[in-house]
Amino acid sequence: MNIHIPTPLRTYTGGLETVNISGTTVNAVFQQLTVKYPELKQHLFTPEGKLRSFVNVYLNDDDIRYLESQQETTVKDTDELTIIPSIAGGANL
Amino acid sequence: MPTAIEEIVLPKLSNDEIARYSRHLILPEVGMEGQQKLKAAKVLCVGTGGLGAPLAMYLAAAGVGTIGLVDFDTVDASNLQRQIIHSTATVGKLKVDSAEIMLKGLNPYLNVVKHNTMLTSANAMEILKDYDVIADGTDNFQTRYLVNDACVLLNKPNAYGSIFRFEGQASVFGTKEGPCYRCLYPEPPPPGLVPSCAEGGVLGILPGLVGVIQATETIKLILGIGEPLIGRLLLVDALGMSFRTLKLRKNPECPVCGPNPTVTELIDYDQFCGIAPPSQVGPLEVARDKAVGDHPIVDGIPQITVEELKRKLDAKEDIFVLDVREPHEYSIANLGAPQIPVGDVERRVGELTAQKNREVIVHCRSGARSQKAALVLKQAGFTNVSNLAGGILAWADRIDPSMPKY
Repeated sequence: MNIHIPTPLRTYTGGLETVNISGTTVNAVFQQLTVKYPELKQHLFTPEGKLRSFVNVYLNDDDIRYLESQQETTVKDTDELTIIPSIAGGANL
Repeated sequence: MPTAIEEIVLPKLSNDEIARYSRHLILPEVGMEGQQKLKAAKVLCVGTGGLGAPLAMYLAAAGVGTIGLVDFDTVDASNLQRQIIHSTATVGKLKVDSAEIMLKGLNPYLNVVKHNTMLTSANAMEILKDYDVIADGTDNFQTRYLVNDACVLLNKPNAYGSIFRFEGQASVFGTKEGPCYRCLYPEPPPPGLVPSCAEGGVLGILPGLVGVIQATETIKLILGIGEPLIGRLLLVDALGMSFRTLKLRKNPECPVCGPNPTVTELIDYDQFCGIAPPSQVGPLEVARDKAVGDHPIVDGIPQITVEELKRKLDAKEDIFVLDVREPHEYSIANLGAPQIPVGDVERRVGELTAQKNREVIVHCRSGARSQKAALVLKQAGFTNVSNLAGGILAWADRIDPSMPKY
């Protein structure tokens, strides 16, 4: 399935906006994602392996927090995951 | 849908105003009554920068009666790449004064209220309470959470917009039925974990695009027309020119807008975001990557001046200078030092083992990122790490005026 990577994290996917990863559940797909792009791991997950609270993940248009099985939700290859970190805007060097 | 303006006696429009707003008046969705609602409306623009600039200008053009501006900053030439409300002629002026000139020039009927201050927990409720809609155009997490919480507590809709490099987000928070910013992001990212806007820069047009979206939402709220972005997050990808909408839900356990709120008054947002409070000497604003002030030692890291660095280099002292900016900054101006971008220092510290007991001087553009990197090195066991206060900008200022500043 396709995963949409937000701009701040594209440096860790070689600049790719969309990456294609297989898996049967959201968790499985994330596992594979961090195996393929290991630098993403610390930005997406706490050391204990939990999704960071300022990172939101959408399965198609739904926030996975509000899905019944959350990260264990089964996914189809035609589904899309989008990662949205919080951004505060404004160039502020 | 309900309008943001209470049903009061709506102000009359003069013949001149009617002529000015004719293109609004002939729209059935606006008409005389809609234009009067705009005139009665009071909108607060928090920030007159990238987002605030187009936002305030379009609200002024639309005939909003009162626009409040919150900004403590002054206009800098580098703002003019995107903050089109300011101009070369107003560089150096207070942003609220500069913005007023443009806004009044566009629409003399406008009442501009200037709040030349930083929005804080101490003043936010007082400032926000007299406005009908708040448009948040700020550039740091602390103020985002502050504005959100204040809007929820005061029951004011918050036309939110934010940007980063080529992407933007927009939504409307703060309504009773809809989610608030905390429903989406219960916690801010710890400083330094997510690559910050400070390292990123921004494509100048992007806040223009998102700021006008915020203005659109504000006007829809005032007029009570269309579908405002309540419960939706608009994602803008300028490079792909794609717009997506995601569903936002009200978090039933939201500490601010939920049925059992634990946040019932404004908190210390610096602490919430893990930022050190502003020093007495330094600038008022506490953006995440603001340069440290002129203190000799900050968080255990000695601050070295550019004069001292020059002296050491001229005397060929045994020092190691590390540049922690991003690679593309090197070609703009550099001190010839090896580079490890600040976000990579922790991971690549092994490359610097030979320098562990040497005198290491870390520099970046203004002294903020290098301070962070110096702390990382210190924690990794480096015994003699200093931060170049003021960064390469100070070097260009005081040592080598031929060097470009950016």
